[in-house]
Amino acid sequence: MAGPLEQFEIQSWSAPLFKLGGASISFTNSAAFMVAAALAASAFMLVGGARKEMVPGRWQGMSEMLYEMISNMVRDNIGDAGRKYFPFIFSLFVFILFGNLIGMLPYSFTFTSHLAVTFTMAAVVFVAVTLIGLFKHGLHFFSLFFPHGAPWWTAPILIPIELVSYLSRPVSLAVRLFANMTVGHVLLKVLAGFVIMLGVLGGWLPLLVLVGITALEFLVAGLQAYIFAILCCIYLNDSLHLH
Amino acid sequence: MSHRHRLARHLPAFAAGLATLVVASVASAEEGGLPQFNPDTFVGQVFWLVVVFGVLWFVMTKMGLPAVGAAIDARANRIQGDLDAATKARDEAKSALAHYEKSLADARTEAQRLNRATADAENKKAADRMAEVGAGIAKRIGEAEARIAAAQSDAMAGVPAMATEAARDAFAKLVGATADAGRLSAAIDAAAKGAVR
Repeated sequence: MAGPLEQFEIQSWSAPLFKLGGASISFTNSAAFMVAAALAASAFMLVGGARKEMVPGRWQGMSEMLYEMISNMVRDNIGDAGRKYFPFIFSLFVFILFGNLIGMLPYSFTFTSHLAVTFTMAAVVFVAVTLIGLFKHGLHFFSLFFPHGAPWWTAPILIPIELVSYLSRPVSLAVRLFANMTVGHVLLKVLAGFVIMLGVLGGWLPLLVLVGITALEFLVAGLQAYIFAILCCIYLNDSLHLH
Repeated sequence: MSHRHRLARHLPAFAAGLATLVVASVASAEEGGLPQFNPDTFVGQVFWLVVVFGVLWFVMTKMGLPAVGAAIDARANRIQGDLDAATKARDEAKSALAHYEKSLADARTEAQRLNRATADAENKKAADRMAEVGAGIAKRIGEAEARIAAAQSDAMAGVPAMATEAARDAFAKLVGATADAGRLSAAIDAAAKGAVR
């Protein structure tokens, strides 16, 4: 039986295609599942938006529900200023959501369980949010690091704290998603290993737990995508409206 | 109850800790550790992420979201349009009702005015006729009274002469002599006065 970490191995599905910064790039299982997630998300929205019925069918209803959920999230957290970032946050949400959900299929690969992927997304959000804040507010943006109304002499303590908390945003954003997906999948694999190990006689108990954890992992798949998206909204709001 | 609650609150942390422990032990057991920490795969993953997510972002921005958003907007517009039409219809009904009530009130006022005018005219006519008739009656009463008075005074004028004559005849019969005309008429006058009095 494969080890619990084997599911995270990056495998090349093609010969090296070209070189990029000293690394040779080939089409991998991770890339394939990114494409699958992107295709599934696109199909979900394109099919849902194809018929534009006044009274939506099931598919249209689901895609509209997803649209309005993120639309409301953006409006509630950022306001009207967030309207133009809605497509990005929506894309981010469905990409992670479908990546997580497709990763729940047996024998599949979960690209969101890789720190390189989650950290890239978090870093892009972090850099974008910082640049948007700087462009919008200029140097006044740095007032973000000093809570409004605090006594001036608390600055030497507060500014480093706020700075560290600001800089740790991309790390926590990346690690939260990566750790949740990795730990969940390892746990499923380990429990499945117990089921096989204990066999017909004793395997029922871990099987029961496995079923429960599987349901929990589906919840985590949706929840982590939601958390990633809502934190992006909150960070964007911070730099658009400061305090 | 509170014990169970505390346990429930600590369960996720406990589970996460346990899972991390499992991952760590398994990772240390296998050589190479987590594949996630193998830097050889980083560039490839980031490359494919950027490409695939870029395409997804483009598709969502240009096609997926406008399509779904259009259906939502069309529905919202339709509902708003229906609501507006309903509001308009209600306002129209309200104004029509107000118009109807106003014309009803006008008609009622007009009817009352006409009623009153007719009644006044009729009353006036009746009063005039009454006055006319009354005047005619009064005139005739006056004439009749004048006639009565004339007749009465005529009658009264004849009374002394008749009385004198009757008294002379009676005197002649009783006494057998002719009564002195002067004393007779004086006595009659005195009697008439006393009778009148």
